[in-house]
Amino acid sequence: MGILAINRIYAALSALVLAFVLLPLVAIVWVSFFANRILSFPATGYTLGWYVRAWEQEAFRNGFITSVETALVAVAISLVLGVPASLALVRYRFPGRDAIQTVLLSPMVVPGIVGGAALFMAFIELEVLLDVEIAGTLPGLLIAHGLIALPWTVRLVTASLVGMSPSYEEAARSLGAGVFTTFFRVTLPIIKPGIVAAALFSFVVSFIDLEKSIFLVGPGRTTLQIALVSYLEWNLDSTVAAVATVQILIIGALLIASDRYARLARAF
Amino acid sequence: MSDVVLQSIVKRYDATTAVDNVSLTIRQGELVALLGPSGCGKTTTLRMVGGFIPVTEGRILVGGRDLTSLPPNKRNMGFGFQNYALFPHMSVGENVAFGLQMRKLPKADIAAKVKTALDRVKLSHLADRLPKQLSGGQQQRVALARALVIEPDVLLLDEPLSNLDAQLRNEMKLEIRSIQQQLGITTIFVTHDQDEALSVADRVVLMRAGRIEQMGAPDDLFERPASHFVAEFMGVTNLLAGTLESVGRFRLKSGEVVAVPVAGLSGDLALALRPERVILDGTDEALLANTLSAEVEFATYRGLVIDYRVRLPSGVTLIARRPSPAVGGPAPLSPGRAVRVSWQPEAGTLVPM
Repeated sequence: MGILAINRIYAALSALVLAFVLLPLVAIVWVSFFANRILSFPATGYTLGWYVRAWEQEAFRNGFITSVETALVAVAISLVLGVPASLALVRYRFPGRDAIQTVLLSPMVVPGIVGGAALFMAFIELEVLLDVEIAGTLPGLLIAHGLIALPWTVRLVTASLVGMSPSYEEAARSLGAGVFTTFFRVTLPIIKPGIVAAALFSFVVSFIDLEKSIFLVGPGRTTLQIALVSYLEWNLDSTVAAVATVQILIIGALLIASDRYARLARAF
Repeated sequence: MSDVVLQSIVKRYDATTAVDNVSLTIRQGELVALLGPSGCGKTTTLRMVGGFIPVTEGRILVGGRDLTSLPPNKRNMGFGFQNYALFPHMSVGENVAFGLQMRKLPKADIAAKVKTALDRVKLSHLADRLPKQLSGGQQQRVALARALVIEPDVLLLDEPLSNLDAQLRNEMKLEIRSIQQQLGITTIFVTHDQDEALSVADRVVLMRAGRIEQMGAPDDLFERPASHFVAEFMGVTNLLAGTLESVGRFRLKSGEVVAVPVAGLSGDLALALRPERVILDGTDEALLANTLSAEVEFATYRGLVIDYRVRLPSGVTLIARRPSPAVGGPAPLSPGRAVRVSWQPEAGTLVPM
């Protein structure tokens, strides 16, 4: 078989996989414009009405704000914990290093629903122990989202640091800079693309989380994803598709932006 | 005074010993080359002096001051890296200014010193460029200016020329040497290239497996190798194993007996003979003393010279190097030809195996 034939088969397979991934998204965007009162095929006509209706739902508006706020705090938590952790993991050898790395990355491999349940139970235990409310409070939700974002930050920042020769830091040290000056004046500017990508990516994974949040939201403080699920329980129309379309646009833009800053592929 | 003293330096990693009891004194203003194959401990030694790797045992003193446990930023040493390590987000000028800013000098002083430092490497016109806009040679010069502008007690250079092409390497070699002598700065220069070490250093320290194998002036190592390893590393291609039969008489393992200089050695030895000293079909028999018959096995044309591999009847092979016709050398010999192989006894050096 010639190289050309192999290339063609490869291209066809790639197209197939891409279609498999993209078709559901295309379907959602399409459905969001259906005029049908109850979600059904085929379309009886097309309208922008569901977008207006989505905007009018207070639950969605509040959910969106809660989600953005939560995601921003999650980004902050994951950077404050994740950047120093990555630095230590990449630049130093110490006992327990592998164990710490595994723990930091574990929220990524534990199923969200399991992690959420575990956090919920841990919070309840803590509540009993400390006599303060955690589960269902904003701090509880923020901690959980910090955990969702942390492994992604560690991965992306670690990838940047691995790609940065330690000689830059050593040069700064030999020129008289202390550990902190070296970090802020040399390391941070050099790995900035990785940090920006980590922030954007952390925002996205926090924003789209449903499984962990579902255990941890309190009355009147739901994220957008949970508002969507609640809405679906009682309604079957294209409002959800309209909200989903807006989300696809936002998340797509963020992912493209973070990929611009640091090739995401390096972190996987 | 900034002489550098390494006192019984040891570096161990778990089971392996990277540097094994190295003691060395580098005098004020001297340039010492640490030479050796990869893994011999030369870079580890340099990095311990720079403070990037803690020593396991031993002490490092500069000008009598014990620096062994000081962090790199307290050592006042200039370090040149193999990849130059110029800060990519700072201009050339900012790179050079960095060390002065760390010393909290007034702005005007910094500007003046940066100018002087860049003038010295003839790059002041590029002060506003980013490192990535410079060629490899220019980057190396900026790195040198950055390391020297802080007026370090010691300059440490880790394979500074290995990323440059051959012509530029020669140029930079001379430039580093001339700046080093102008400033009279004590310098340690790590390299794996014997030619580089010989041409820049006041003294060469050849390392092997974490230890110092031989140290001395360049001509000492080149002309009087103290071991088989040194001779081989210094480019002696003919190393013939054997034993001393009597004073000045050496019996090769393959049976031939040849005349050698008188040496106070015994046991298993090797006769080190540079290929340039092996003469094919020489005429002045009296001068040459050692003459054996052989056959040309293989010729390698190398431009200025031709290397011949010749085989003695016993099976031993020698390399003989002759000028090529391009520089007025004799006509080439073709493989299979019978030749007489000769050399003066003083051309050989006996070294322990």
